[in-house]
Amino acid sequence: MSTSATITQRRHALYGWMLLFPSLVLLSLFAFIPTGATVWASLFTRGTSRRPSEFAGLDTYAHLTSDPVFWKVVTNNLLYAGVSIPLSIGIALGMALWANARIPARGFVRTAYFTPTMLPMIAAANLWLFFYTPGIGVIDQITGLFGFGPVNWLGQPDTALWAVIAVTVWKEAGFFMIFYLAALQTIPPELREAATIEGASRWTYTRRVLLPLLMPTTLFVLINALINSVKLIDHLFILTKGGPNNASKLILYWIWEMAFAYFDRPHAAAMTVFVLAVLGIVAAVQFRLIDRRAHYR
Amino acid sequence: MTNFFSRAALAAVGMSVMATPAFADVNLTMYYPIAVGGPLTEVIDGMIDRFEADNPDISVEAIYAGNYDDTRVRALSAIRSGEPAQLSVLFSIDAYDLIEQDLIVPFDDVVKGEDGKAWLDSFYPALMKNGQIDGKTWGIPFQRSTIVMYYNKDMFREAGLDPESPPQTWDEMVEAGKALAGDGRWGLMVPSTGYPYWMFQCFAIQNGKELMSSDGTETYFTDPKVVEALEFWRSMATDSKIMPEGTIEWGTLRQAFLEGQTGMMWHSTGNLTAVKDAADFDFGVAMLPKHERPGSPTGGGNFYLFKGSSDEQQDAAVKLIRFMTAPEQAAEWSIATGYVGISPEAYETEALETYTEEFPPALVARDQLEVAIPEFSTYETARVREALNNAIQAALTGSQSPADALADAQSQADRLLQPYR
Repeated sequence: MSTSATITQRRHALYGWMLLFPSLVLLSLFAFIPTGATVWASLFTRGTSRRPSEFAGLDTYAHLTSDPVFWKVVTNNLLYAGVSIPLSIGIALGMALWANARIPARGFVRTAYFTPTMLPMIAAANLWLFFYTPGIGVIDQITGLFGFGPVNWLGQPDTALWAVIAVTVWKEAGFFMIFYLAALQTIPPELREAATIEGASRWTYTRRVLLPLLMPTTLFVLINALINSVKLIDHLFILTKGGPNNASKLILYWIWEMAFAYFDRPHAAAMTVFVLAVLGIVAAVQFRLIDRRAHYR
Repeated sequence: MTNFFSRAALAAVGMSVMATPAFADVNLTMYYPIAVGGPLTEVIDGMIDRFEADNPDISVEAIYAGNYDDTRVRALSAIRSGEPAQLSVLFSIDAYDLIEQDLIVPFDDVVKGEDGKAWLDSFYPALMKNGQIDGKTWGIPFQRSTIVMYYNKDMFREAGLDPESPPQTWDEMVEAGKALAGDGRWGLMVPSTGYPYWMFQCFAIQNGKELMSSDGTETYFTDPKVVEALEFWRSMATDSKIMPEGTIEWGTLRQAFLEGQTGMMWHSTGNLTAVKDAADFDFGVAMLPKHERPGSPTGGGNFYLFKGSSDEQQDAAVKLIRFMTAPEQAAEWSIATGYVGISPEAYETEALETYTEEFPPALVARDQLEVAIPEFSTYETARVREALNNAIQAALTGSQSPADALADAQSQADRLLQPYR
């Protein structure tokens, strides 16, 4: 290899690193270093004034998985994600197709659908708290007209989580609709005309043309929804605080409790590492699988 | 152009001068929570302004930080990030954890001599209990409550009950509840989210049993009297049907009472002023009914002194606490909220005397201090409390029997408290 070639190569490498440097600094500061610190913190016992912290290895992880609450929050979160993600994406797609059609007052419909997204989650949760209130809440007022008795939606183990899921779907669907709406605007009308000339039914057109073209959007929305199903817990603080008896407790709320109510950093850190690992794996799988099916132009 | 720049520079200098407090030698930061209704931050700000006017060398930054949990998180995060607060109002029952974390100093080491002792003795003893640990005083009462029974006198009249004699025993309460309930309305509501353990302490003490030892290392959840107390609470929804099934939301209960959903409710006295301002019917306030004995836990927030302040700051912080808990301020705070005036002297101030003459319900919570017990608090408070909360909610929602639920909570508490015994 000639010296000039090596120099050029080195210069290219240097350029590359220089270009990467700003984002490398930012990512290290706000992602890599905290992640490392979290893993590190999960390996030590909790230190207090009377008992100093010591190295514990994986004890904290073992202790975590032997806690029945751990399995409860994981099951809750799986159910929460499993119901709220498909539901909010489905409703978002339906609303987008509807708001994209030639209907009167289209602008008003879009705005109405998007309103829940613009509300802060805490405000939305406070609204819903009063919707759900037994006897005086809107929901009981409406069901009362049909002769049903009051239902304590947030106060029963078998309905509390579902009540929380309903708020989440209501909040998320409008947000995802916006992405679908934008994607629908970009689909050329010629495709539709061509399909009609070929004699394809509306259903065939939707299934064979529209949905595949919307696949990149679906992928984007799906990843967002998945992250939100772990990340979005603001409403729990207002609605149920994870109760009754852990019936509506989600993973992140539990992490918050351990870190700030129980002053138990190691357990909170261990649980965070667990969540990070699972989310990383899921995101990787999603990209590999759906990327093959997504049709980018 | 240069002219413009020099003017901008001058303006910037002027602003920075204005932003620094005038001549303050000592700066204090304090966090405080608000857990009841009403525009209360203004009341606190007004007190702080008066204090600063009296003490021009001290500047206080009082930061409202949400409810008790939020405030603890804010204060502790500030300390860990090297921006310490010198004092704060935090949950009176956080004392064990704050000591365990080595964050606070006892008042006995700071206020010395006869004068200091007299000051510590000036408060109601019942309100001092939560702050007295290992023979020292760690918390000074500020926003403190007991639980009282609010009742709707109009509904009492409709049901043929005497509105001037509220029920005084469990049996009378159930009888009254039966007369009030029906037609989509309930006889009694006791909140069971947010602070279920606190409400449960009432039932347990009325049945003659406290839930924890005074040194914070033992709990008595499986005591027959305690189990009986939870069975009674549950029975009001299942047998006598004077209370709705499931849990009752702390945050919306006041609204339910104001809308005539329930004839009676148990709630913090801290809500008294909010109920008084919003009720469009005649309501009364009574002490909680007794069974074996009367009783209610105290509740609310205490002042704490944090470690790591300079001597000047510590003196200034004590000065501020003494000001905030002085009879005049205690009276003002009691009138604005309904919280208990924390010292007998507070009730001798002109303001509170006039107010209680016009509005006698404001005295109920204080009268109940005679039979009040400290709020539930142990080492590992948050976790032990959570176990108890879950047991109460499991029993009230019918997913476990009271005895089984409390046995689970007791075994969890034993596991957590073992290292402290």
